[in-house]
Amino acid sequence: MRFQIEQRSQPSAAMRFAAPVVATALTLIAGSIMFAFLGHDPVATLVAFFISPLSTMNDISEWLLKASPLILIGCGLAIGFRANVWNIGAEGQLVIGAIAATGVGLFFPFQESVLLLPLMILAGMVAGMAWAAIPAFLRARLNTNEILVTLMLTYVATFVLSYLVHGPWRDPDGFNYPQTALLPEAAMFAPFDYAYRVNTSIFITVAAVIAMWVFTERSFLGYKMSVGGAAPLAARYAGFKESSSVWMGLLIGGATAGIAGMAEASGPLGQLSPQISPGYGFAAIIVAFIGRLHAFGIVLGGLLLSLLYIGGEAVQIDLDLPSSLTRIFQGMLLFFLLAADFLIFYRLRLLRSVH
Amino acid sequence: MKPRLELRNICKRYPGVVANDGISLEVMPGEIHAVLGENGAGKSTLMKIIYGATHADEGEILCDGELIGTHGPSVSRSLGIEMVYQHFALFESVSVAENIALSVNSKYDIATLSNQVSRVSEKYGLPLDPRRLVHHLSVGERQRVEIVRCLMQDPKLLILDEPTSVLTPQAVEKLFVTLRHLASEGCSILYISHKLDEVQALCDMATVLRNGKVTGTAEPKNSTSAELARMMVGADIPETHLDPSTISAEPLLSVSKLSAPALDVFGTDLKEIDLDVHGGEVVGIAGVAGNGQAELVSLLSGERVLPSSHAVKLCGQPSAHLSAADRRRMGLAFVPEERLGRGAVPSHDLGDNAVLTGHRLNMVTRGLLDRRTARGFAGKVIDRFNVKANGPLTVAQSLSGGNLQKYIVGREIELKPQVLLVAQPTWGVDVGAAAFIRQTLIDLSRSGVAVLIISEELDELFEICDRLHVICAGRLSAALKRGEASVEEVGLLMTGLGENNNGSGDHAISN
Repeated sequence: MRFQIEQRSQPSAAMRFAAPVVATALTLIAGSIMFAFLGHDPVATLVAFFISPLSTMNDISEWLLKASPLILIGCGLAIGFRANVWNIGAEGQLVIGAIAATGVGLFFPFQESVLLLPLMILAGMVAGMAWAAIPAFLRARLNTNEILVTLMLTYVATFVLSYLVHGPWRDPDGFNYPQTALLPEAAMFAPFDYAYRVNTSIFITVAAVIAMWVFTERSFLGYKMSVGGAAPLAARYAGFKESSSVWMGLLIGGATAGIAGMAEASGPLGQLSPQISPGYGFAAIIVAFIGRLHAFGIVLGGLLLSLLYIGGEAVQIDLDLPSSLTRIFQGMLLFFLLAADFLIFYRLRLLRSVH
Repeated sequence: MKPRLELRNICKRYPGVVANDGISLEVMPGEIHAVLGENGAGKSTLMKIIYGATHADEGEILCDGELIGTHGPSVSRSLGIEMVYQHFALFESVSVAENIALSVNSKYDIATLSNQVSRVSEKYGLPLDPRRLVHHLSVGERQRVEIVRCLMQDPKLLILDEPTSVLTPQAVEKLFVTLRHLASEGCSILYISHKLDEVQALCDMATVLRNGKVTGTAEPKNSTSAELARMMVGADIPETHLDPSTISAEPLLSVSKLSAPALDVFGTDLKEIDLDVHGGEVVGIAGVAGNGQAELVSLLSGERVLPSSHAVKLCGQPSAHLSAADRRRMGLAFVPEERLGRGAVPSHDLGDNAVLTGHRLNMVTRGLLDRRTARGFAGKVIDRFNVKANGPLTVAQSLSGGNLQKYIVGREIELKPQVLLVAQPTWGVDVGAAAFIRQTLIDLSRSGVAVLIISEELDELFEICDRLHVICAGRLSAALKRGEASVEEVGLLMTGLGENNNGSGDHAISN
């Protein structure tokens, strides 16, 4: 008995929408079986994973707070991914963005100016773009591999951050902790309510989602980039420049990552420390793909991944589940999602021999 | 006598298409049997089923009266069935003998094997040096390697899939001599083709396929071309007609002393190419594939640019340094050989594929796509060129090769170019549509457009070109005028022999 993978001639439109639901259902079933075998009540575990983390206003605030940078960066990266430009180093661009923005926030002479926050946004964005410009230049001019260069620059960025917070930018009144002084009031995004941490920076994310939708679905520039990604020879045939796709893809990703880094410093953290990001730059890659590189898909992907992280922490604390178990569960969901996605376009066919 | 091969009711379905529908045929020992049909009629699928490279959904295959149970290429080879594919499967960087060694099952040493190769190739008139590296061989020689590789196994049935598509007319004659020799020794031959004259010259029997079904069997030597064509196409083929035309004073596309090194090891260097195409004429470039056509096309289209500008002039402007986008802006349109992935984006719908080259026709306003205009344009192309598709929202990769070809040719013609460059205009297109495309190209030229056609189909070039060049080993011959060029002359030029003869004055070719 042999199987063969073949393309479906007509992917079902209904299944495109049903696939995530099917994947979620399969995850719940497989997860329940796994939890039951390990001696945990499956229903209670799933409630603790998915329902309890969203039961209070504060929970919702934390959920959105974590989802926002994931979605913002996911949108930026997806534009590059659509053009086969593989920016794996959003984490580094995020760090550099946070550094530049914090630098402006700490050292700008007019510490109470209303311009301080916009200037920091600008600084974060420009720094993220500048960091991404290095691999863009190397790929466009010397045809180096941007996957390697962006990834390696992430480590460089992390060390720059480490140097600054341990050295010249360390807060003199900070009991020798590796962190900068707190940012002034004018350098912070206003929270909606001082009881919760979620703040006005989520409007930037909302704007980015809309901008990405227009760019990918409606703009000629986005069209040209998608041709470059889907069929490089057709792009060359039509006369679309590959190097401009490389530049656009990396710079947009760098810009969103830089702004996300800035928003962490000016939001929940209020200063620069080595823990500026819990890996948003890397997780955003998964978000972009769960969202099928589509603006609204990325919103759902970001919300889902954020919930998985929060829920994973919750079951560890509430039910004493080992962290590896929550990781397996997260992995299961991603597996089923991607498999369902694959099966929209392909199918398995049983091969029989002729008799 | 039992038939060497018998097929009973073979069926094979692919998603959305029935490739073979109840096909039965018999081949006797020593018989040369043609499987005749247009591109897409299901010939290649049927051959792969016979060879065991793919499996039928229904039906039986019998070899010498024995039912073949579990089928596969190794089963075929143990039964003495060998196949020469249309696209060769050779390793370019090793020698002829080493390539053949890969298909030998028993123990061997290269020296003995080389001797055997020489002996077999001499016996059947297929001269071949076993020590040469494959990437030095011409396409015709590569085909000889494939055939000799099959003959080494003493086949009882040899399958040849469109073997002459890469050969010059003279090489075709030589191949036929070999095949007749083989058949006289009792080897059966299945000969797949869509060329009527070849089938009539060579084959004892013919099975004709259309849309996956057998539409008739015939003895080709006792049938007329028209009878065979009707079985193949299902209708009479319209004839193209060339109106006289007025030719522009200055060429719209002019190439002078264009030389360029190949970009990869297996490419062809272009040497001092001179070519003029005036408004109002159709100029053709004939030649066996791989003689520099791909390199020339990419330099003319702007997919590859040169540092200096003068070797290519477009509408009088030096433009060898200009990008493909700039050249299109100046009035160039271009149909590439590869449809999927180069001429069209596979995953985009036809409307979006109209934007690829048609974006200047109001399909973009203020940086945003105007999809309604693009779909309108695509709809027009679909209607006018009779593309079988469910409207502009059909995804390009779901179209058959011929239909996509019609769409791309139609799109480029609808761009209203000054200069139209077309590689393989009717490749894979059914006969009726091919006639329509040819007529449209002629009519386009008669409206003042310069049309340059690069094709491997000599018949096609003779049918529609006002002037004809031949490309061989990166050199372009002088132009032959319509009515003055014979198939033999062009054939000699295709092998590079014409050039020497030309110098001695034996074959006067006027320009």
